[in-house]
Amino acid sequence: METLGFLMEGFAVALTPYNLMFALFGAFVGTLIGCLPGLGPANGVAILIPLAFTLGLPPETAMILLTAVYAGAMYGGRISSILLNIPGDEPAMMTCLDGYPMARKGRAADALAVSAIASFAGGLIGTIGLIMLAPVLARFALTFGPAEYFALFLLAFATLGGITGKNPVKTVVAATLGIMISTVGIDISTGTQRYTFGVLELYEGIDFILAIVGLFAISELLFFVESRMGRGRDKMNVGKLTLTMKELVMTIPTQLRGGVLGFISGVLPGAGASLGSFISYTLEKQVVGKKGKFGEGDIRGVVAPEAGNNGASSGALVPMLTLGVPGSGTTAVLLAMLISLNITPGPLMFTQNADIVWGVIAALLIGNVLLLVLNIPLVGFFVKLLSVPPMYLLPIVTMVAFVGIYSISHSTFDLYFMVAFGVAGYFLRKLEIPLVPIILGLLLGPEMEKNLGHALVLSDGEWSVLWASPLAMGLWIVAGLGLILPYLVGPLLRRRMNAAMKESPVSD
Amino acid sequence: MMIKRTLSFVAAAAVSMSAMAWQPSGKVECLAPADPGGGWDFTCRSVGNVLQDLSLVDGSVQTVNMAGAGGGVAYAHTVSKRAEDDKLLVAASTATTTRLAQKQFPGMNADMVTWVGALGADYGIIAVGKDSEYQNLSELMDAVKANPKSVKFAGGSARGGWDHLKVLIAAKAAGADKLPSIPYLSYNNGGEAMSQVVGGQVDAFTGDISEATGFLESGDLRVVAVLSEERLPGKFSDLPTAKEQGIDAVGPNWRGFYMPKGASEEAKSYWVDAVDTLYASEQWKKVMKSNGLIPFHPPASKFDEFVRNQVQDIENLSREIGLLK
Repeated sequence: METLGFLMEGFAVALTPYNLMFALFGAFVGTLIGCLPGLGPANGVAILIPLAFTLGLPPETAMILLTAVYAGAMYGGRISSILLNIPGDEPAMMTCLDGYPMARKGRAADALAVSAIASFAGGLIGTIGLIMLAPVLARFALTFGPAEYFALFLLAFATLGGITGKNPVKTVVAATLGIMISTVGIDISTGTQRYTFGVLELYEGIDFILAIVGLFAISELLFFVESRMGRGRDKMNVGKLTLTMKELVMTIPTQLRGGVLGFISGVLPGAGASLGSFISYTLEKQVVGKKGKFGEGDIRGVVAPEAGNNGASSGALVPMLTLGVPGSGTTAVLLAMLISLNITPGPLMFTQNADIVWGVIAALLIGNVLLLVLNIPLVGFFVKLLSVPPMYLLPIVTMVAFVGIYSISHSTFDLYFMVAFGVAGYFLRKLEIPLVPIILGLLLGPEMEKNLGHALVLSDGEWSVLWASPLAMGLWIVAGLGLILPYLVGPLLRRRMNAAMKESPVSD
Repeated sequence: MMIKRTLSFVAAAAVSMSAMAWQPSGKVECLAPADPGGGWDFTCRSVGNVLQDLSLVDGSVQTVNMAGAGGGVAYAHTVSKRAEDDKLLVAASTATTTRLAQKQFPGMNADMVTWVGALGADYGIIAVGKDSEYQNLSELMDAVKANPKSVKFAGGSARGGWDHLKVLIAAKAAGADKLPSIPYLSYNNGGEAMSQVVGGQVDAFTGDISEATGFLESGDLRVVAVLSEERLPGKFSDLPTAKEQGIDAVGPNWRGFYMPKGASEEAKSYWVDAVDTLYASEQWKKVMKSNGLIPFHPPASKFDEFVRNQVQDIENLSREIGLLK
């Protein structure tokens, strides 16, 4: 009941015309970013962060904007999967399997419509799950001491590669890079300077936002310059909507199953939306069995992964908001934004920044409705945008990135630094080193170090405190499983998943 | 309103009389050594508004943010590039003196600028969870004296930062030795530290009174001592000071300004008087009240000495805990 009251207050925040406008804008831009192949939700949110600073948005509006972009990107990913057989982002990979065959049979419009509805259902189920689970988990998190937090961060790192990770060694390299970068600055536990080389600008460490915008947005620009893909895609024909009510009703159980499964896999650290859509699709195939024609354009083959990945995107917000441990790459970017807005995620946020938390949750609900409305009639418009040459888009992105980063601290040093990160990001992507683990290392490394130090201070140097409590022990076991399982199950899953495409280095 | 206006005009006139030789013309710059939204930024913006209200400046006061190195970038900028600027004020606080004392601004010290004045303070507190065995600061410090490792403190600053120093100031005043052995857990901010104390993971919280208001009202946190000379006004008047418990520990986190050393003497005395006038004004009292600032304003002649003493005290303490060699 208390939750309902908070949610109502959240709606009051999210429904102010100002915030609603940004939610709509975010949903629109998010869909656009999602449907452009290569630009995933993590990039999308990273690119929009400087805009929030440029416009000097208040914290709740900034978070509403970015969450709307996040939800929008999850919707948008399906468009190019269906029309081009190129997933707009990794979670939309499974949508190719039946979406593209449907389009080739001349049912592109149906596939787009039904997948928008499925996205809506998945997003709605995921958000309801978030509303029910988050406050409970937040209260539970108060019982976490330093040892438990240490085990939790260990779990986050152990599951980092995720079950779908392609090359575990590269993931480890990336995470290590992130942790190394995070050690620059004054160490808060000892007060000593590390790797500052007497440069005043390095004393406070390296700003996550700067690293994120550099790594994602600037490297994107460099890739564009390299490939000179100035030409847009050929125009595509969507065809007429022939979807019947009967077909839609038939997919309702699929939507529910997909949404719930997606939400659960979203909550699990490291798994994220890709796993959500994969599991939903696989399960659907097994449940429906021989009656379906999966792989040849079965409508349920479009519905299941879309409900799954949108459910997962809300699920991934649960550990991020309650524990400060992101469940996916995009939520890691959102976490960085929260921290730079001076909001500490965790149990305290639900009481001290209730307006922001519940405003964001309400915005997710509203965003889903907006996205459904945007995506059914405007689908033709997004399809047209797919053929807009990126040469018009990227200069704007770059300009916003520079203005935004400059407006955070008014320092030209930061701009040089951002460009350096962009160049580094370009080479890392060339080497197929994933960028998301870098961000996670940068964000979580110092927290993990801090909690290790605190646990040892409290226990007077006794290391066994780290696994003394049942809760900490449980987390260690799950972390162990998370480390081993990908080697056992991973190759099997990957083989089945990679039917469609090679994994993009920038993924969710 | 009318009367207030007239009064402030009189006040402004009095100031300009006393410093007739010099008055700022055109734009005045207030440098906030941090990102927008923090305490230093607040100092610049609110002081700028009141200075304009009181007609102490004829142009506008522009706040310029220059973040980096906990104020070090702005300090270096003032010392090297603006050394003779008559129309530059820089926001400062105890964080500035702490970093100066700990030599965290390389090659720079407190003598390189002119300290103008303070305009209020946030006072330090030491608090425990509501179920704690410690009822007051004396009991807490007796435990520390018996075994320095027995009470664990959590605060929102780095080791050696102001929150940590407050514990050491209190412990030293209580007669504890082995200061370096007192466990201090540093968190990213006061809120995080408090939730660990409220959750029962850590014994005691050290921070500022303004941070603790929420948990005080909910009853989850018990303040065992305020580190102020006298009891705080208003709703905080029930909270005991360390002094009345026989422990002579005071920890004001003041807010104020410094300016370039090479500015003209006329300009310096003008700004010192202007800060006095501003502090006495009704407008400023309103700002202090709505932002939880507590009166703190050493007389102009004493402020420079106050800053030097604070720097010296912090330096001694930092040496004692091994942070400085």
